[in-house]
Amino acid sequence: MTGAISVRRRGGMNRPKWFDVLVLVLVIAGALAIAFPFILILINSFKSPADYNNSGPLALPTQLYFDGIIAFWERVNFPQKLWNSIWISGAVAILAVVISVLNAFAIGIGRVRGRTWVVVAFLLANLLPQEALLYPLYFMFKQVGLYNNPWAVVIIFTVIQSAFGTYLLSSVYGTFPKEILEAAALDGASRWTTLWRVIVPISRPTLSVLVIFFFIWTWNEFLIPLTFLVDNANQTVPVAISVLQGDRLMDVTTTSASALLGVIPTLVFFLIFQRTLTRGITAGAVK
Amino acid sequence: MATNVPFVRKQKPLPEQSGFPERGTSRATWWLYLLPGLILLTAVIIVPLLWNVYLSFTEYRGIRPPEFIGLENWIELAGDEDFWASFRNSIFMIIAMVLLPTTIGLLLAAILFDVVGKKFGGRTASFLRATYYLPQILPVAIAGIVIGWILRPKNGALNEILTGIGLGDLAHNWLGSPDTALLSIMVVLVWVQLGYPVVIFMAALQRVDPELYEAAELDGANWFERFRAITLGMIRPEIFVVTLTCTIAALKVFGPIFVLTRGGPGTSTLVPSYYAYSEFFQSQQVGYGATIATALTILIGIVAVLFIKAQNASERAERSIS
Repeated sequence: MTGAISVRRRGGMNRPKWFDVLVLVLVIAGALAIAFPFILILINSFKSPADYNNSGPLALPTQLYFDGIIAFWERVNFPQKLWNSIWISGAVAILAVVISVLNAFAIGIGRVRGRTWVVVAFLLANLLPQEALLYPLYFMFKQVGLYNNPWAVVIIFTVIQSAFGTYLLSSVYGTFPKEILEAAALDGASRWTTLWRVIVPISRPTLSVLVIFFFIWTWNEFLIPLTFLVDNANQTVPVAISVLQGDRLMDVTTTSASALLGVIPTLVFFLIFQRTLTRGITAGAVK
Repeated sequence: MATNVPFVRKQKPLPEQSGFPERGTSRATWWLYLLPGLILLTAVIIVPLLWNVYLSFTEYRGIRPPEFIGLENWIELAGDEDFWASFRNSIFMIIAMVLLPTTIGLLLAAILFDVVGKKFGGRTASFLRATYYLPQILPVAIAGIVIGWILRPKNGALNEILTGIGLGDLAHNWLGSPDTALLSIMVVLVWVQLGYPVVIFMAALQRVDPELYEAAELDGANWFERFRAITLGMIRPEIFVVTLTCTIAALKVFGPIFVLTRGGPGTSTLVPSYYAYSEFFQSQQVGYGATIATALTILIGIVAVLFIKAQNASERAERSIS
């Protein structure tokens, strides 16, 4: 049976028919349509406004023009925004994973009483629309003097991301091999040592996926950074670029350059993390 | 964006005993590990959430302390045209972020996996998959800016292209006119969202046993029949996860609205989250904003519960058949 099928597979079955080619062409056309806005932004960021007006958005630049990008780069102080986004997202990623590990250790391995409810409470934190927390958070952080301070954003997202991490890791640690824990106990390791010397190293692949996800999710966040970071000097990349849209001083190609500067960092992450990401996107999904 | 939270994963029932070999230390001390997490959760989520619910029963303009007014905000909300308009627009957000991406994504994933992957090689298929996924990696506000640039009224790329090919009459203030603003937003969202179901469904398809297809093929089932009978059934859990996460994301949409239209013109692109935001920080009607946010929270809760119930029911039905 299997033999027959594999023979069939090799013989002729796999050669594309005209219909398959047609389908391929359609799928490629769709992919081009998806990529088209990126291409437009890319070619028009390097044009002068005059060049744009003469030859339209589809032509390649007649000569490379960097003034738009440089103007916007300096206008928003891009390196500063980049650094803000990097350290905020990085701090959230690390802190949220640490909190997730501690929570999941107590829930998945310690199996504390009432853990189902604890997991539900964390899940709730992730499900809620941020609007429902926005004003009280705004008020609270203003009271403690952390309004307009990036640490407010770090604290809030540490909680929101670790809520997801707790949910995911609790079920991972729930199936952690008992033999390993027993071996560690025989060697006289305490809970604390076992956690950091045994459990964390073994679950490192999952933890690194979480770090990457938390970093990118935090980078992409908009509503809370927009509300909490009002000073230019504190803003993240998406917020800084958004608040300048519609500004009268921005000509057509400078605006295109601003979009390009927003796209580039995430493209870089995508290329760096691509393999971990495609593994990770489905990691939490149904087994 | 909606790549968040695939939370409908089945939790295995954990055995009651702690997995950790105890040596005299009390089991209650495990709570020490939960302490930092629970304190943070209480301070950042639970207290603000309850506070927000309380604010929905008050008149509060951000300066003098909130004044309790009972159900007044809620009564006003029930008769508020703008509020209902924002929820009508949410339905269009769901069409753009759930319905269209899931159906098109299902078809695309099946084509990429079945036709492109098998006849033109796995590399072609994964390259195309990556292209479709590309907009997903953008911060959604940036995605809005990219498309917003193309749709600029004055010398925007789309209008220039239309004029260039002699269709100048069709040039339009896409985001500034009530008749096309919502549609333009929907285009942005479909563009952003499509890659997510494609990637999830393609991963799911790898789980499906190829012998099932071969058997069906021998029985004379054509591609579409196989798709309907085998593929759809096998990847149903993923379809649930994708529709649930995307529906919740659609109800929460904020970034693209903020950067592209601010809810306008009129209320043609107003959504609940932007409405709440503008009540909080522009109209200074904090109590009313809190009411909108609470209503949205309740709606999301209901949607989540209904989805999970539907999923459990369909799993039970599945089991009773097989």
